[in-house]
Amino acid sequence: MATLGTYVDTVAGHRSMLDVGGAAPVHPAAIAAWSDAVGSGWADPRRLHAEARTARRLLDGARESLAATLGYRADEVFFPPHHPAAAQAGVLGLAAARRRATTVVVGAVEHSAVLHAATWHESHGGRVAVVEADALGRVHAATVARAIDDAPAGTAVVAVQSGNGEVGTYQPIEGILAVTRERGVPLVVDAAATLGWGQHLCDVDVLIGSPRAWGSVAGVGLLVKRSAVRWRPHEAGEAESARRLPGEAAGEVDIPAAVAAAASLQAIEADRLVAARLSASIDRVRRAAADVPDVVVYGDPDDRAPHIVTFSVLYLPGELVVDAFDTAGIAVGSGSACTSDTLEPSHVLAAMGGLTHGNVRLVLPRTVTDAEIDRFCVLLPEVIERLRRQTGVSDL
Amino acid sequence: MIDDLVIDARGTLCPEPVLRAARVARTLSAGTRLVVLADDPAAATDLPAWARLRGHRVVSIRTPRPPDAGRDIVVTVELGAGRSTSGQPD
Repeated sequence: MATLGTYVDTVAGHRSMLDVGGAAPVHPAAIAAWSDAVGSGWADPRRLHAEARTARRLLDGARESLAATLGYRADEVFFPPHHPAAAQAGVLGLAAARRRATTVVVGAVEHSAVLHAATWHESHGGRVAVVEADALGRVHAATVARAIDDAPAGTAVVAVQSGNGEVGTYQPIEGILAVTRERGVPLVVDAAATLGWGQHLCDVDVLIGSPRAWGSVAGVGLLVKRSAVRWRPHEAGEAESARRLPGEAAGEVDIPAAVAAAASLQAIEADRLVAARLSASIDRVRRAAADVPDVVVYGDPDDRAPHIVTFSVLYLPGELVVDAFDTAGIAVGSGSACTSDTLEPSHVLAAMGGLTHGNVRLVLPRTVTDAEIDRFCVLLPEVIERLRRQTGVSDL
Repeated sequence: MIDDLVIDARGTLCPEPVLRAARVARTLSAGTRLVVLADDPAAATDLPAWARLRGHRVVSIRTPRPPDAGRDIVVTVELGAGRSTSGQPD
């Protein structure tokens, strides 16, 4: 049986990075596209000379490519500076365009960027309705419908993620879209956790994403808006960047980052085998975790993102588990209150009625190997048993 | 003689409130009511989640509401027969 010591010897300086949520290793296609664009696309695309036209062509090409990959039109693709800005522009820009309807409906398990936008709306006189999630972390279309119908002055916008970034559960976007369409309310879908993983996303009104999360360079967020959907400047954030959808104000866009985003999404969407392989790896991690006494594995076991899992270890602070794995050369994440600065428990696990302490999150990189998963699965019961023994909670 | 046993875990962070409840719970018989006071927000979800894992019944959960935030979380559980992963209570 492998022990911690033999494991450390085995990897001999190699580390396993299994915590790439929000920031994945940069895909070679992104690096190649970025290097090309950064040497030629540096000019301000709004000017009238040849250098500006080169930059403009690169930006237009990025918009066309992303539009083709995602099934939209090029003039519907925008590049806010990052994912939180995209969430803000999507949620608040749609709310601002519908003045009479005051309620913003959001899922309870949304990314904090979306929840923060909703909080801003509320603190500026708007209403927010939070739609509960079930024990799997799923938000149901019927609950969304009820929230829309119950809004006293009408619903301005509904925001629901495509899949959850902590527990992986896919949301029933098709059903929710049917509900919002029927009621004439625009739907913002935050696909930051799932873009690039082959999830079928239907024709939503606004799609937001994070290129950095799918393996592109930092520098741009993504916002795709059907041209028929009304959008207005909102007052949150810096006045200048909030006035127009980024991309209209082309001078503000990090063009090499936009080019890299387009190239990498195209490359990884074309490579569907990775998703199947990683999904099988997550299945193995889920089974290994469930086999350890008093460990609860969260999220839908099947209808989920291929690369994400969270489980909670009863009686242990998540920080201890993360540290033990880090010492063993494996980087895993934890959203436990104990490990964060805010002392807020994970709102996702709380909404699911889960254990918010002792949680461990894995977001696998596309390059993860079976051997890395093997090592993690062998170490997991050992690490937990040892930590429980050391902290005197084995017999609880 | 008191019916409800009160555990004051205020001032401690997760998972300490759950640990204290679990330590006390294993010495008590089924049907006993345990009242846990805590002020770490995580306790409001973790104590009920622990109770469900251990087959205890959650009687009530009182959490502070934003207007009077700062008040304590009070979780009351009624101990079940327990899922015996730890042998006999000592």
